[in-house]
Amino acid sequence: MAVHSDTRFEANAASTDMFGKETTVMKQRLTRLAGAVAFGAALAVGAGAQAATPEYGGELRVVVGSDIPSYDGHIESTFGMIHPIRPFYSLLIRINPDNPSSPTDFVCDLCVGAVPEPTNDGKTYTFKIRKGVKFQDGQILTSADIKATFDKLFAPPEGIASNRKAYFAMIDRIETPDDETVVFQLKFPSGTFIPSIAMPFNFVYSKKDLETNGYTWHQTNINGTGPFRFAEHIQGSHVKGVKNPDYYHKGMPYLDGYTSIIAPKMSVRLQAIRGGQADIEFRGFPPKARDDLVKALGDKITVQESDWNCVLIVTPNHKMKPFDDPRVRRALSLAVDRYSGSEYLSKIAIVKTVGGVGFPGHPLASSPEYLEKNIAGYGRDIEANRAEAKRLLKEAGQENLKFTLHNRGVDQPYKVVGTWLIDQWKHVGLNVEQWVQPSTPFYATLRKQKDFQVSLDFNCQAVVNPIADISKFLPSGGANYAEFEDAELESIYKELLKTGDVKKQKELVQKYEKRVLDDLTSQFITLWWYKINPYRSYVNGWKIAPSHYLNQSLENIWIDKAEYKRQVGG
Amino acid sequence: MYSYIVKRLLMLLPTLIGAAILIFILLRLVPGDVCDLKFGGEGSYADPEQIRQCQDRLGISNPFYIQFWDYMVGFFTLDLGVSMWTNQPVGYEIAIRFELSLQVAIMATLTSVVIALPLGVISAAKQNTMVDYVVRAFSIAGIAMPSFWLGILIILGLLITTQAWFGRSWMPPIIYTPIWVDPVANLSQLIWPALATGYRYSAVATRMTRSAMLEVLREDYVRTARAKGLMEKVIVNKHALKNAMLPVVTIIGIEFAFLMGGLVVTEQVFNLNGLGKLFVAAVSQSDYTLTQALVMLVVTIFVLMNFLVDMLYAWLDPRIRYS
Repeated sequence: MAVHSDTRFEANAASTDMFGKETTVMKQRLTRLAGAVAFGAALAVGAGAQAATPEYGGELRVVVGSDIPSYDGHIESTFGMIHPIRPFYSLLIRINPDNPSSPTDFVCDLCVGAVPEPTNDGKTYTFKIRKGVKFQDGQILTSADIKATFDKLFAPPEGIASNRKAYFAMIDRIETPDDETVVFQLKFPSGTFIPSIAMPFNFVYSKKDLETNGYTWHQTNINGTGPFRFAEHIQGSHVKGVKNPDYYHKGMPYLDGYTSIIAPKMSVRLQAIRGGQADIEFRGFPPKARDDLVKALGDKITVQESDWNCVLIVTPNHKMKPFDDPRVRRALSLAVDRYSGSEYLSKIAIVKTVGGVGFPGHPLASSPEYLEKNIAGYGRDIEANRAEAKRLLKEAGQENLKFTLHNRGVDQPYKVVGTWLIDQWKHVGLNVEQWVQPSTPFYATLRKQKDFQVSLDFNCQAVVNPIADISKFLPSGGANYAEFEDAELESIYKELLKTGDVKKQKELVQKYEKRVLDDLTSQFITLWWYKINPYRSYVNGWKIAPSHYLNQSLENIWIDKAEYKRQVGG
Repeated sequence: MYSYIVKRLLMLLPTLIGAAILIFILLRLVPGDVCDLKFGGEGSYADPEQIRQCQDRLGISNPFYIQFWDYMVGFFTLDLGVSMWTNQPVGYEIAIRFELSLQVAIMATLTSVVIALPLGVISAAKQNTMVDYVVRAFSIAGIAMPSFWLGILIILGLLITTQAWFGRSWMPPIIYTPIWVDPVANLSQLIWPALATGYRYSAVATRMTRSAMLEVLREDYVRTARAKGLMEKVIVNKHALKNAMLPVVTIIGIEFAFLMGGLVVTEQVFNLNGLGKLFVAAVSQSDYTLTQALVMLVVTIFVLMNFLVDMLYAWLDPRIRYS
């Protein structure tokens, strides 16, 4: 059996977070994998340690597993749009591209200086805007463009869609005292404002474009200020971008251009990287694919791994008997051995991390120790958990319960985790069948038919924004399919939304989490996703983020030409 | 003859209308729609108002009879509409992929014919010999092997052999280059799917050629030709082959029509931006307008290919007359 080295550099970076204190951020694992043990460690150390100087030129070839519905970030929510289109646009603020693994490190993009601290009791944010930033058509960006963009996002005109409206409920009005200043006046202090503003979908559009061409023009046209300029899009095939010579972050981008190649089949994306037809894929591969690539290409592959801001949730339908009984729901959660699941499933699927409702590692998320002690199903003694589950089922008269687990017809990670859950429930005497549906009817079942018993659902977000993200578990949140109501949960969340105090926020998040996962077990968490990005080792400068939507401007990526020639030729 | 052609062309209309009605109903039997998927498909919050606006804009919220009426009006005025997923005209979506699918279909059909005819004839001429057994095994293997699986094997084979021989793994390009822009890049991408599918379809055609040839070679006029002392080569090539071609042409015609829209999995395996891949995307995205147009396109191609095959019959067998 071939043995491969796996030398990991675990960098626990320190960063100043949005709360103004030093925080240890989630670990980013930069993994350099080499083909053979003897060479592996040396190559990895060598490659990891070199203080490489970025090189200019070259073209990056990215494979993307989804097609582009439209170019408009304000209405789309798919990485199929973000990966090819984000490099054409700028944001007002963004996650730090040099430290994207931190869920709390935000920096200015179109604004200057640091991300502003709020004034007026947390209700006013004043941004200074860069001078001389040009759109692709030559227009000069001013504060009016920022205002027009966010007005469209938070209060679009009648008949115009904005998929981000709910994120900006705290905004009262936007003012532009001059061409270089934008002031956001909030209705109340909010911990979700900065992460919401930094969302990668908030492309800054030109006010003139919106007024002249209409609010739907950006669905089929591109005019941005990003590091690359739009060159070509062949539907279903690829998108090409070329370097923006007027880009305002001096010295960037390093690449002459990039091509995003649409390749829906994972095997094609994997083989394209192996066969020299592509350099990188940003969404993530399962562990087996990583291992295959490393086995085939050895030191020609670099791997970065990270926790992922996506989570699989078990959603019982409270309107279906016996799932209206909290004892039954709690038993379902208690029967699941998350820790062994993490160990074994992470070898075959894109899941790994055990966590509560908040993104693991975020300052507002509960620690593993807290979860272990306070939340049903997180205790380490699985035998005790399952004994309790059996007792609860007996008490509820559901010892031999049979039901159907509704699931999405996508292998990674849905069907893998679904199959694992069925096995877990078998340990407490439950007889479960899996009902798999393609995406469209899957959502129709959740949102319209509502005729499922228990469903596997998921929550996948861009910027880590726990206060907004946990609205998934809120009955009135709009994306909760458990069919229940709970005044207490609503009240906790309402309070959470309106407090700017971090300590108070953490307390409320834990109270909310206890209510969801323990008191009611209205829904429960299986495992958080785990992101694995193997790519050609001549690609440099890109750092993994906890979301496949983040750090996709490509401006800091550069290609080591000598290494490219060695690996691909030409 | 001309009245026959006109009649056949007129028969196209009820076939197309029947297919249009069927696909309209079938698509709407599947729960959910493109707006649900577009705005909430990644597990994110989807504003119900936004979904409603989208459904109104696309006409999905209209009663079925209004949707059907709009569809029929578009059908008769040749207005294919706009893709519900991309907002691009359906005609444009199809046009940019048609060229690739047509080229693969032609290349695969040529591959199929080049393999099938000689092997079928040899197999018949050498019936029950070792040559016949080898050809039959080769063709049965082709029928048994799905072309997408063969495609996967071809790609893996290329990756492994190029790594072993040249030290660098290589696979066919995954972006289409038109043949007039760069013939080498074009052929290096399309030759592999053409081989994979061509082999699959050659297997059926080989067996059909063999059985048709065996039947013809037992005809009285062939025995007469042999009795007259004609060379076996002349008998087979000049007198038997043409008469054995009727069922073979039918098979090849149907295969060609199928290749134009039916390479659903093979196009995915080779990442070809053709009609098959578009079909998968349109169906999985519940893009009604695009799916309906693609079904109509495939039905039209099938009907026209059958018509062309019928026309070829008269050329191959002068005894056939149309009235």
